[in-house]
Amino acid sequence: MSKQAIKNSITLKGSAAIIKEYLNYGVNSILFQRGIYPAESFVPAQQYGLTILVSKDEKIKDFLKNVLSQAEEWLALNKVEKFSMVISNVSTKEVLECWDFRVDSERNDQNKDPNVDPTNPTSSKELKKIQAEIGAVMRQIAATVSYLPLLECICSFDLLIHTLKDCDIPDNWNETENVSIKNSQVVNLKSFSTGLHKLDTVVSYKMTD
Amino acid sequence: MSQFNYFNDMSKQLNLDGELKNQIKPRWQRKMDNSINNSSMMNNSKLSISYNSSYVSALANMTVNNPNKTPNKQTYAENASKKKTPNDKKSPGRKTPTPNKNRTPTSKCGGDRFIPNRGATNFELGNYLIKQEQQKQQENNNEKNSDNNIQKSPNDKIRAISEALHGVDITKKRILAYQTKAPAPPEDHLNPLKVVYSTKTPMSMKSGSRYIPTIPERILDAPDIINDYYLNLLDWSSDNIVTVALGQSVYLWNAGTGNIEILFENQGSDHTCSLSWIEEGRTLAVGNSNGAVELWDCVNMKRLRVMNGHSARVGSLSWNSWLISSGSRDGNIIHHDVRQRDHQVGTSNGHSQEICGLKWSLDKKFLASGGNDNIVNVWAAEGTSGTSSTPLHVLNEHQAAVRALAWSPWQSNVLATGGGTADRCIKYWNINNGSCTKTIDTMSQVCSILFSKNYKEIISAHGYANNQLTVWKYPSMVKQVDLTGHTQRVLQLAMSPDGSNVMSAGADETLRLWKCFAEDLTVKTKKSAAKDKTSFLTKQSIR
Repeated sequence: MSKQAIKNSITLKGSAAIIKEYLNYGVNSILFQRGIYPAESFVPAQQYGLTILVSKDEKIKDFLKNVLSQAEEWLALNKVEKFSMVISNVSTKEVLECWDFRVDSERNDQNKDPNVDPTNPTSSKELKKIQAEIGAVMRQIAATVSYLPLLECICSFDLLIHTLKDCDIPDNWNETENVSIKNSQVVNLKSFSTGLHKLDTVVSYKMTD
Repeated sequence: MSQFNYFNDMSKQLNLDGELKNQIKPRWQRKMDNSINNSSMMNNSKLSISYNSSYVSALANMTVNNPNKTPNKQTYAENASKKKTPNDKKSPGRKTPTPNKNRTPTSKCGGDRFIPNRGATNFELGNYLIKQEQQKQQENNNEKNSDNNIQKSPNDKIRAISEALHGVDITKKRILAYQTKAPAPPEDHLNPLKVVYSTKTPMSMKSGSRYIPTIPERILDAPDIINDYYLNLLDWSSDNIVTVALGQSVYLWNAGTGNIEILFENQGSDHTCSLSWIEEGRTLAVGNSNGAVELWDCVNMKRLRVMNGHSARVGSLSWNSWLISSGSRDGNIIHHDVRQRDHQVGTSNGHSQEICGLKWSLDKKFLASGGNDNIVNVWAAEGTSGTSSTPLHVLNEHQAAVRALAWSPWQSNVLATGGGTADRCIKYWNINNGSCTKTIDTMSQVCSILFSKNYKEIISAHGYANNQLTVWKYPSMVKQVDLTGHTQRVLQLAMSPDGSNVMSAGADETLRLWKCFAEDLTVKTKKSAAKDKTSFLTKQSIR
């Protein structure tokens, strides 16, 4: 029994928190690496054994905090299917790039253990290992600069959350429609898993010619 | 009589109502003829003539019908079937006009035909949806229930469209967005990444304090040099011999005499991944694609030793007197003591991906390693086992693979590092406390850095867009000059033993020799004069 106590475990809530953290750093890294906001507005932060540049703009911080805390709530209820970070031209509203973070729930492949409460699944994956996996994805995000086309116009970004139908719409949230990119190219990045959620990162972008 | 014959013939020809005489004979008559003549040559030739003429007319028809010279398969087949002669060579089955037909659109660029690209279309799904719709329509027609029809269609349509577009049924999903959007970037914001993509004319040359020739002293051919960022394929020994790996072979170029010798050629698919001269010259360490480190005596052209240990290719090497450290794709650094039978004296494990840069500091107290995991590790030297097992500092501020590493010859605690395409920065580190002292964005991938021995300057090699070498003032990092000429990225730099020349290996298969750090003659003479003077003075004082 004592073994049970020291065994580290991640609950659904913890898994949601890990994904929230990843999304926060991932979105910030994309904003910096794709040059959407001026480089001066970013400060370096240490995470996943890497230096990740994070926006210091209060408005962006607020926006991400609001969206991601709501996302965390839904994640903990397993109601999220996908996050989309949409990058579009400010003046024409044309969508130029879309980063999809697909969430797959992974609860059925383990937890055959009868001791574990099926309504409250846990994962025994080591946090260090998860963070190393996330670090690898973050590095790939930084490396996409070498093949993604230049965003020459002034661009803005938005975060869409794809949820299940039975999800309530809170205040300040709106239902929108899906975005599509004309003549798009899709690149799959590495994925990572917390043991409860598996996250695939996919970038689709508009081909220039 | 002849004139009567002529007249008769004429009247026969003109008289249409008359008896047919020159036409094909009736069957019974032909049979009789055959039996009489016992030869059917005449008739046969006549038949073949008629066939030929029809074939010609068919061809003529074809060319008239298709002025763009694309033989229409159908008309051709029709024509062919018309002639009805069992001629093997020209049967429609054999002579297939299809390849010709296929070729024409591509060979005729800018033709009048629009050929849509359907690579992105999901035919199966589309077909299925269309079929389903048709079926439904039929059902509806059968039922003749107009109310039901109206009720059903809008929802179905939405679902069908969403399924076709996104592969998911949108009615079961919700896409939510926060109402207050993130702020737009400032109006005058220009994407700083422009430098990564756009080719610009070289930046205006800063006039430095001294003259640096901007054209290479010499250009050598380097056919088949492997264009791989993670390999180190060039080194210059203290004996003034340049070694370079081209394709599968390793060559030695004597910089004094210009002599070229081939050291060895790899067998099979193996190739050389790294080269490093021992400080004394003469012995060359070679890293292999199969993970072995070889030692070569370059005076006698003999292999001295093979040292295994790595599970993947060895892309970087660095000497520390009798110790050779090798960095591999497996992320490990192995320290080999070349004097011992059991050569593997230590292993440093601090990288999760390929190691592409490895340098011992000049005082041999520290080892710097840069990897594809964007990390620079600094290891402290430790006794006989090479380095400590854990890195002294983990420097993770680069955003891309770090290959360019250089130790300052003036301050033993200063390390310069340069990152790849996603990073483009040269950073200076104080190794005593592990802090970054300076960062310069070079606007281009940094492939290599060297400190000059003769001037307080550094030289860096870059990739896209200008593929230049840049000379910087140290420590102000004011750009002195851009040395352009390479048409593809510069892979590696090596400095001559006297420090006056720098050789660059480019992916454009050339080696270029730049005399960028040649000592100024006037300064040199002044220095030597001053030396003489002092010696004279000391002599005096001794007396």
